[in-house]
Amino acid sequence: MDAAVTASSTANRYDVAIIGAGPTGLFAVFELGLLGLKAVVVDVLDKPGGQCAELYPEKPIYDIPSWPIITGQELTDKLLEQIAPFGAAFRLGQLVTGFARKPDGRFSLTLSEGERIEAGAVFIAAGAGSFAPRKPKVEGLEAFEGKSVFYAVRNRAALAGQDLLVVGGGDSALDWAIDLVGTAKSVTLMHRSDRFRAAPASVAKMRSLEAEGRLRFVEGDLHALTGENGDLSAVTIKSKNGFESLAATRLLAFFGLSIELGPIGDWGLDLADGKQIRVDTEKFQTTTEGVFAIGDINYYPGKLKLILSGFHEAALASHAAFKIVRPEEKLRFQYTTSSSELQSRLQVSGASKAA
Amino acid sequence: MAFLHVTDREGARHEIEGADGWRVMELLRDSGLGVEGICGGACDCASCHVIVAPEWAEKLPAAREDELLKLDELPAIEETSRLSCQILWSEALDGLALTIAEIA
Repeated sequence: MDAAVTASSTANRYDVAIIGAGPTGLFAVFELGLLGLKAVVVDVLDKPGGQCAELYPEKPIYDIPSWPIITGQELTDKLLEQIAPFGAAFRLGQLVTGFARKPDGRFSLTLSEGERIEAGAVFIAAGAGSFAPRKPKVEGLEAFEGKSVFYAVRNRAALAGQDLLVVGGGDSALDWAIDLVGTAKSVTLMHRSDRFRAAPASVAKMRSLEAEGRLRFVEGDLHALTGENGDLSAVTIKSKNGFESLAATRLLAFFGLSIELGPIGDWGLDLADGKQIRVDTEKFQTTTEGVFAIGDINYYPGKLKLILSGFHEAALASHAAFKIVRPEEKLRFQYTTSSSELQSRLQVSGASKAA
Repeated sequence: MAFLHVTDREGARHEIEGADGWRVMELLRDSGLGVEGICGGACDCASCHVIVAPEWAEKLPAAREDELLKLDELPAIEETSRLSCQILWSEALDGLALTIAEIA
């Protein structure tokens, strides 16, 4: 067999696939790494950190053991530094859409961009579920989605020559409205108020484009979409002055992200309250052997949704996963303070000469 | 004892006992009415969005800037929309009536 073939057949094979790059998922990379197991981490967000990075990057957390105060982003950065030696693979900006058990007992996961990855065990560390864009509350939205209504810009060129309406008051809305002036035929930014949750420089830039007549800003809410076969032609907006029709052929909506359980709900796992995955407290394994759930996503009697609980659960699940992924090997329990093997995996030279 | 009057997303009414110093989000969450409070009260996820009865809107302490900004981010809100994690319960709120908003 030539090397290229070998490489391609093993490229997407991992010991453990971790769904969710929040603190629990990241720490699982560490615990697995100490045991010599290779992990791949998949997250729907385009950056690691989960809620810590997306919802409260700047807010201080006070209940992380040994960190009297640390922000969500700092905690994420520290975890990434701690797991760096283990060289985990990351698949960011992707949802796990397909989940299947292969005849050999291993798992095959399909990602939203089509890639398949294979793992001996799966850790679901998905927190409250997957982040997804909030959608406008207007009738008949589905027909326009992906055709003339978008929640992200994937192809700037496709907006050339369009009457563009950007809705929202955050950085995404302002950045794209500003960026697309000159590309689109016309750009209108709409927000419910004149309060913006965006960088002051962006607000200033938007105002200056408005003053130059190159961008229109309107205060209002989306009320209805008009068009045929998914081709938008106009929107009705509701403002202080009542209803108004506005020509628009493309709509970019930035209403932030909401969290929903997502495809995980369809994997035949035992759900408590329809939202949390039931696990045992010995291995944090679900009702499916080889599939573990750790962190906020799991449920067991006494469960506390705390980051520190997720860390503990990651350690126990990792040890249990080792026995599944390396059935022929004996699990040697060691400490990082004294084990030269662990220290070599951590790429540090230990203080202990005895090992 | 002081009570909170809640209409859930199905339109059913509930009377919930208040607890001094608790956030209204926490009262709703622990009553199993489908309010998640995902961010834990950090005013970041808007999963505790409620619509306060008009007669109560003025009596509550006004929303701060970060709450208003988060509400503005939602696709749809009402005149008296609030994030219940930003409302602290006290005996003075006895009888507060609100409706849990649809999940955005």
